[in-house]
This record gives sequence, C-alpha cells and structure tokens, in this order.
Amino acid sequence: MRLWSRGSEGGWPWLAAGSVALSLLALLALLVLLGSRGLVHFWPAPVEVVTLDSGERFAGQRMRQERVAGDPQTDVLYRTGNRDLDGNYWRWVDADVIDTRQRPDNMLVLEREHWGEFLGRLVAIRQSDAATPLPLSGDEAWQVLSARLERVEALRDQHRQLSDEVIEPVARRLVALRSAGKADPAQQAALIERWETAHQRLAELDAALSRDTLILESVEGRRLEQPLAGVLAAWQPNAMTWMDKLFHWARGVGAFLSEGPRAGNLEGGVWPAIFGTVMMVLLMSLIVTPFGVLAAIYLNEVAHQGPLIRLVRIAVRNLAGVPSIVYGVFGLGVFVYGIGGQLDSWFFSDSLPSPTFGTGGLLWASLTLALLTLPVVIVATEEGLARIPVQQREGALALGATRYEMLRRVVLPMAVPAMLTGVILAVARAAGEVAPLMLVGVARLAPQLPLDGEFPFLHLDNKFMHLGYHVYNIGFQGGDVERALPLVYATALLLVVVIVVLNLTAISLRHHLRARHRALDR
Amino acid sequence: MTDFTSEASCFEVEGLSLAYDGKPALRDLTLRIPRQRVTAFIGPSGCGKSTLLRVLNRLHDLNEDVSRQGRVVLAGQDIHAPDVDVAELRRRVGMVFQTPNPFPMSIYDNVAFGVRLQGIKRKRVLDEIVEWSLESAALWDEVKDRLHSSAWTLSGGQQQRLVIARTLAVQPEVLLLDEPASALDPISTLKIEELIRSLKSRLTLVLVTHNMQQAARVSDYTAFLQDGELIEYAATDNLFTNPRLRRTENYITGRMS
Ligand SMILES: Nc1ncnc2c1ncn2[C@@H]1O[C@H](COP(=O)(O)OP(=O)(O)O)[C@@H](O)[C@H]1O
Ligand SMILES: [Mg+2]
Repeated sequence: MRLWSRGSEGGWPWLAAGSVALSLLALLALLVLLGSRGLVHFWPAPVEVVTLDSGERFAGQRMRQERVAGDPQTDVLYRTGNRDLDGNYWRWVDADVIDTRQRPDNMLVLEREHWGEFLGRLVAIRQSDAATPLPLSGDEAWQVLSARLERVEALRDQHRQLSDEVIEPVARRLVALRSAGKADPAQQAALIERWETAHQRLAELDAALSRDTLILESVEGRRLEQPLAGVLAAWQPNAMTWMDKLFHWARGVGAFLSEGPRAGNLEGGVWPAIFGTVMMVLLMSLIVTPFGVLAAIYLNEVAHQGPLIRLVRIAVRNLAGVPSIVYGVFGLGVFVYGIGGQLDSWFFSDSLPSPTFGTGGLLWASLTLALLTLPVVIVATEEGLARIPVQQREGALALGATRYEMLRRVVLPMAVPAMLTGVILAVARAAGEVAPLMLVGVARLAPQLPLDGEFPFLHLDNKFMHLGYHVYNIGFQGGDVERALPLVYATALLLVVVIVVLNLTAISLRHHLRARHRALDR
Repeated sequence: MTDFTSEASCFEVEGLSLAYDGKPALRDLTLRIPRQRVTAFIGPSGCGKSTLLRVLNRLHDLNEDVSRQGRVVLAGQDIHAPDVDVAELRRRVGMVFQTPNPFPMSIYDNVAFGVRLQGIKRKRVLDEIVEWSLESAALWDEVKDRLHSSAWTLSGGQQQRLVIARTLAVQPEVLLLDEPASALDPISTLKIEELIRSLKSRLTLVLVTHNMQQAARVSDYTAFLQDGELIEYAATDNLFTNPRLRRTENYITGRMS
C-alpha cells in the first residue's frame, strides 16, 4: 500500500502497462482484420435478385455499401459474376433506385475454371449423345446437376490418377531408356504399348468428361452454354442451412490451402506459395546454421581477442542493419550471374542460352536469405557461448580434454539453445522478406513444386512461389481490386500463420533440448 | 624445510614467478611438494594460492596475458617443456575448483567424461570405472540408484564429491583442490575432508584453503604465502604450533581466533 501512495512512484507503472496493452491490442487488431476480411471470403454469401425502379433486374451478392462524403447518395456494391455475359464482375448501384430485393432458393452459383463465377439458373442439360437438350427446372435441376457434377469429379480423379501414375512415369522411363542409349527393344515396345493404352483410356475419359453441357440463364434472361467439365463447384447459397454453409466454407478454405492458383492468381489456392515459403526457409536455416555457428565459434573461442576481432564483431552486428534489398542485389550479382553463370557454362552448357542456375531459383534465394540472417545467428550464438561459465570449460580441460574436445562435448551442447534462438530469429526475419527474393528467384506463378518424385527430387534451380510475394503480386497487379483484396487478406493471414508455425517448431525444439539439459531422466 | 628431505617429491617448483599483464602474482617461488602427502597452501586472499595451483596443471596456458619464469618439474620432467602433451599433463594432474562444476549431463556421463576422452568406450569397462570412482569419492551409495539423472539435481556437497569422482576416474597422480569446501555446509565439508585423508594413500594432494582448522586437520605439510611470496613452509604440526616467523604467527592466530 505504501508503495502506491508514495509520490515518487507516480503513474509510470501504468504507463508501462498501458503501452504493453496497446501493443497487444494492435497485434490483435491486425489478426482480427486479416482474419475477418480473409476468411469471410470463403463464406457462401446469399444471392439477391435486385429489381430496380426502372424495372431492370440482376442477381448479385451484396458486398458492402459506401457513402461518398458530401453526397446524400448511398452506393451498394454487388458481386454479379457472369463476366462472360456482360464483361463485368461487379456492379455499383444507387441504394435509392433499388425497388425490391429477393433471395429465391433456386439461385445457383457455379465456380468455373474460366470466367469466374456464374449466378443464375440452370434451364437444361444437353448431352452430346442425345438429340435434344433435357429441360430442367426447380428442385429437379439442382438434383440432376449435383449428380452430374459428382460423375464429372469422379472422371476427373481417374484422369488425374492415370496421368500421374501411368502416363508420366512411363514417359519418363522411355526418355531415360533412350538417353541412356541401351534401349532394349522388347522393353521399349512394352512401355510404348502401355503408354498407348493409357492414352487411349485418357481420350475416352476426355470424351466422357465433355459429354454434358449446361444451358444456363441469368436473371436478365440471357442464355449461356457452359461445358460441365469446366465447372469446379456448384451451390445454392439461399437454400443452404448453417451447417451446409460451414461445410462449404471449410471446403473453400481447404481448397485455398491445398490447390494451385488459377486465373491470374485470383482464383484457386496458394499451396505452391505455402510450400515455397516453407521450403525456402528450411533451406535457409540449413545453410545459415552451420555457417553462423562456425563463425561464432571462431570469433568467440578461436580468435585472439584483439582489436581486429572487435572490429569484425562490430562489422557483423552492423551487417544486420543493411537493407534487405541490398542483399538481393548482391545475390543477383554474385550468386545468380556470377556463380550461377559459371555453373551453367561448366555443367549445363547443352541447354544454354537458356539458363539453368544462371537465373533466380530456390537455391540462390535461400543463400541470399542465409546471408541476410547470418549476423543474427552469429550474434545469438556468440552470446550463448560467452554465457557458458568458465568453470565448465576449465572442468573439461582439467580432465585432460583438448580445446576441441572441450568445445565439442561441453561448450557446444550447452550453447545449442542459444544457437536455436539465433535460428528462430533468423526464421522470423527470413520468412517475412520479400524484396530481395524478387531479384533472386521468386516467381509470380510456379505451380510446379520444387520438390517432387523426379530425380534429383529437390530442384534447387526451380523458381518458386512465396506467400509474401504472392500478397504483393495479387495486391498490386491492378485489374480487379475488389476480387484481389480478400485474397490479399487471406494470404497475409496465412503468411503470419506459417511464420508462427515455423517459429513454434523451432521454439519447441529448443524447449525440448533445454528440458533434456535440466533433467535427463524425465 | 629440512624436515621432509626424506620424502620423495612429486612437484619441484624452482624460481617460479608469474605476472598477470605485468602485475606480479607469484614471486620467485621455490618449493617441493612431496608424493602421497597432503600439502596445504594458506595465505590471505589474493596472495597467489590459486595462481600457483593453476600453474601446476598449466591452466594458465589459456590466458594470453600471463608471463611466467621458472621451472615446474613433475616426476623429473619439466611440465613446460615443448614436447609435453598438455591434455595428458592435465589428466595426470587433476583439479577440483571452489564451486562444484558438474557438466549438464547425467551423473554417469559426468564420471565417464574423462574416461571416454581416453578412447574407452566399452560399457562394461565404463560401468566398472564409474562405480569404482564413485566409491572412491564416497558417493556411490547415495547415487547408485539414479546414475542417469542429471548431475545438477545433486546437492552442493554431492556435486563436489561427484567432481572429485570424475577426476579420480582418469587415474591422476596428483589432485589439486582449490578451496573445495568453501562453498559447502559443515557436514559436507567434513565428508570432503575425510575423503581427502582417505585418498592420500593413492595420490598426491594439494589443497588450498582459507580454513586453518581444515589445513591443520587434513594436511601433512603447509605452505604460507603472502603477496606472491613463499613465507614459510613446514610440516603442518610445526607450522601451526611453532611458526618460525612473526608474519606466519600473526596470520595463523588472526585466522584461528
Ligand atoms: N586472470 C587474472 N587476471 C589478472 N589478474 C589476476 C587473475 N587471476 C588472479 N589475478 C590476480 O593475481 C593475484 C593472485 O590471485 P589468486 O591466485 O587468485 O589469489 P588467491 O587464490 O590466493 O586468493 C591477485 O592479486 C589477483 O587479483
Ligand atoms: Mg583463490
């Protein structure tokens, strides 16, 4: 009590606590913003049929309304889809001219491979083997569509399976056989036959896939023919229950996480970007850890602690302050053009002038970021080494350990948590860097993952996608900002989540190691 | 210093001087440390006892600011000769420090640490050495059921005995103890003293201590140092009951009372 009543205490503890609260609040606001804007995007919004005072009708998902300052008029933004019908995806209308708004149950939304979403009704299905289209309406239309869509999905799965598990491996083995020059004719013939049967089956699947064509009608009454094979998903948001919507939402999020991007990155998912980010950070950690640790050992344990070493230490600490784009430029000049160009002229001269390593890629990006985060690892490791009591070191020496043995068996194991702290800081920094990557290998679109089943499995020369760059890219490519924004939020949220997960992994590793130090019997 | 001419010598220190960064810490010391006896170094804080002890197993090699003159001979060989293997010297001359410094490993691994450095890997042999060392350090009964728990879970006194066991495991000829009990409670101190007496039959012990009673209780010979100089060196009984010099007497009576 006395403490609080003393005048000198003042309000500073409150000030300090307040600033902590403020920081936490800002962080929370960030997550809430990203979460709400990004995740709502996957929620199936109801489709309204809007009738204007003029009698014009259109269908759309109401997004938001806006008032222009000083203008009494309120504008409402509708997401109307049907770009192939009228060239627009969005429509602003003056709220005052809206006469009625309805939500008929049978309003259909189709997610399509091209042209984005369709909003309207299904009026008929035409089958290529039938003379006349089968007219549909009401509930029946929805049931038939669901059944046909299921069939198409099954066919698509078969198609994918066949090309992944038969066609590609066989083709790869054929190429390998031919380039090895020891083609066994019988084997080759067998392979070719397998390939041909598979191809035939593939053609059949293609034909089956393109059997159905939907005849669609928008609320304005315009008709449209849509091959069913180009429909990715269909739903009737106005007829959905909460559970249905939740399920739809979860599927949407799942697809966002697991699929590759489509339609200029504005549709589909970001899986290659997640994978690229994680892969690059892991590679970076693998590169920076040994170098950083060795450098720290040299600085702290080996070198004579003179003015020169002090200078080096200051230089290393200041390297951490160099803007990241400078590292990007260095990586481009030294790794990509310098080392990469040399590698190409030595080992990949057959494919020149198209570069293999002489252009940005996963390896160069990881190396550049490793360089960028090197000071962090060095400083953290050095601090860890310096904290190890001299008694521990002398204890080892007094038992007849050489200096190397002392380092190896006593000092380094005790410094491992500090090294991991360095790696954690490095990961946190590297995962968020975008600028240098643009110079050394990130790509707008690289659906091929840098890790696959094909020798040498990890393709260090491949370009890769990155969540941070993806945000930049969809946010700034111009074009359809309204469509890009939710994706920007969702991708940014995902980037935060990925960084947090990477960090937690490293932190739990450190915790695990520390616990092992403390009590070995647990 | 004629009363132990009959003893075989372990260390012979001749004209040893040492300075830290030009500041002298040992001045022209000459003394003989007899084999299989306990020799105590006493003297006021900062008089150079630890420094002298650390010269004996060349721990000062690490410190670049140290300059040294004079010779230290162990069993007929100059320990600073260029062909001496320092690691091997330190194995032969073990050292226990003021604060217990077990490594962050299990009790077993601590004791086996030095042995493994010698290249001994066979589990049977290691088990035997670990048990023998812990027995020698009077710790076996207390830890035999938890050999694989962390050494840092032991009490301070147990840790210090573990450190002694760890040193004994590599079969040293000499054990240097730098105020080994100053951080311990009275009972742990007594145990350490008992241990020192029991080890005398096997190896040479050199003990630095602040505690006059302790020096009187466990040591055979005592050297009194002041300001880096050797003031008086005699059989412990003689030195404590009948010091030759006034300075020694003042120090002893000052500390005893
Ligand atoms: N590493 C060192 N660097 C510089 N001076 C030291 C160092 N170690 C000890 N000294 C100095 O040397 C003198 C003797 O120290 P020390 O041998 O530790 O004394 P004691 O163990 O008898 O208390 C003291 O004056 C001390 O300040
Ligand atoms: Mg001392």
